[in-house]
Amino acid sequence: MKNRANSSKRPSQSGDASPPAGFFPKWLNINVAIQDVGFFLVGLIAALVVGWIIFPAVLYSKQAQPINFNHALHLNPDKVDGIEGEKKEEKCSFCHEFREDGTFAGIPRLAKCTECHEDPGSPLGETPEEKDLMTRYVATDQQIPWLVYSKQPDCVYFSHIAHVNMGKIACDTCHGDFAGNEKLPLYLENRLTGYSINIWGKRISGFYWNKKPSDRMKMDDCAECHTQMGQEQNNACFVCHK
Amino acid sequence: MKKENDHGKPGHKYGMVINLDKCTGCGTCMVACAAENNVSVRPDQSDKERVITWMRLYRITNGKEFPDTEVSYFPRPCMHCDHHPPCVSVCVATATKLDFHTGIVSQIYTRCIGCRYCQAACPYGARYFNWWDAYFPKGKGLDRYLSPEVSPRMRGVVEKCTFCHHRLMRAKSQAYAEDRREIEEDQYQTACTEACPAGAITFGDLNNPEHQVSKLTKHPFTFRLLERIGTEPKVYYQSSRDWVRKLGDNFLPGEYQPVVNKTWMKEEWSTKPGRDTF
Repeated sequence: MKNRANSSKRPSQSGDASPPAGFFPKWLNINVAIQDVGFFLVGLIAALVVGWIIFPAVLYSKQAQPINFNHALHLNPDKVDGIEGEKKEEKCSFCHEFREDGTFAGIPRLAKCTECHEDPGSPLGETPEEKDLMTRYVATDQQIPWLVYSKQPDCVYFSHIAHVNMGKIACDTCHGDFAGNEKLPLYLENRLTGYSINIWGKRISGFYWNKKPSDRMKMDDCAECHTQMGQEQNNACFVCHK
Repeated sequence: MKKENDHGKPGHKYGMVINLDKCTGCGTCMVACAAENNVSVRPDQSDKERVITWMRLYRITNGKEFPDTEVSYFPRPCMHCDHHPPCVSVCVATATKLDFHTGIVSQIYTRCIGCRYCQAACPYGARYFNWWDAYFPKGKGLDRYLSPEVSPRMRGVVEKCTFCHHRLMRAKSQAYAEDRREIEEDQYQTACTEACPAGAITFGDLNNPEHQVSKLTKHPFTFRLLERIGTEPKVYYQSSRDWVRKLGDNFLPGEYQPVVNKTWMKEEWSTKPGRDTF
């Protein structure tokens, strides 16, 4: 008890210089307090930097696609001939096609590429990417190990044809506009979950002012869109889970 | 706020009729089901308390001495109860739900917390708990038969028959590709129905009077398991034998009413392969 009384007296003795006496309560040592707030702020800023900048940077591993596929070039009718279709979806489904039974082929296999790029000896264009395709994959007849941006967990069932054919939803509504891309974006894989950043969304906070369907691909986003479209019955569990 | 649900809507109500007189007890339905739905195997498959069988074949007898002994087999999938399924009302994680549009009781493995209340609540023993992670021995070909349409279960969750729900999804995709919204009877059939060599299992929409199942359920030989507890199972059984029908529920002595319409039996039943033709 004695010691405590002594220590509480000390501030009033030492702090005559700067603040006027009686301005702060006696138990508050203003110099120590400023120091403490400073430490707190330094810690807070450090924590924020770690949490918002360093952690997301470390969390996602950056991987480049095996070949830098140029969507813009292929969809340009002046440069590439033969990709037919008037609407954008028809052009998309020239390569990202539906099978006859209604299932979606997703990322095309090598056979789709070799429909045009058939002879490794004579490339159609002059780009280094095409040479790469010819020598590494077409000549050796190996599948290209594409990294799929929108790969969902195994327990999820998604019917593309229900959304494209029946719901009349354009591809870029959910996938973003790939048609003008000259370069494929980096594939960012979450090191903990193994899923692409496109599932969680680019923002680590998960908070958006005006969320577009292409921002995130989580279950809540599916359900939100179903509700907005008046398709609430499709929020039943066994519609999207398998 | 309670939202309006779809109880009253005449949606689909998928159900099954199993003719026990045709069932030979071969077990093809069990095998077909396990292969279709990526049901894991145990190193020791004879451990019946731990083995997972969505479709299970039971053997029942009338309990009489030699000259009068009769044996019947009955396959038991999930009953997909139509009225307050006991598993759904006890589920603390909302991992299992009755879908009012299809009548299928769903089970979401990633949502299940493995408390096994549903297993205790199910009056039919149709639910199974995964004590171990899914196991498909390599080099024996089992791993190569895995279906990508059904997600394998992890340890610590409960699983059960889903009426091959992925086949409904497949049929729907096919329908959408052909610009249809409705699917035909033969486009959605469960694996056990297709596999049964005796044709004992019939599957279809109970709400559609055109479908074979809704005609079969009107037959006087039709019964359901534990019908009087009010769960309204969507799996119906048929048998011309009174003792089999009697075993479908717990009757007090003298409570069971035998089917007396013998003309039905003679005209309709004896034309089909079953016990009467022997």
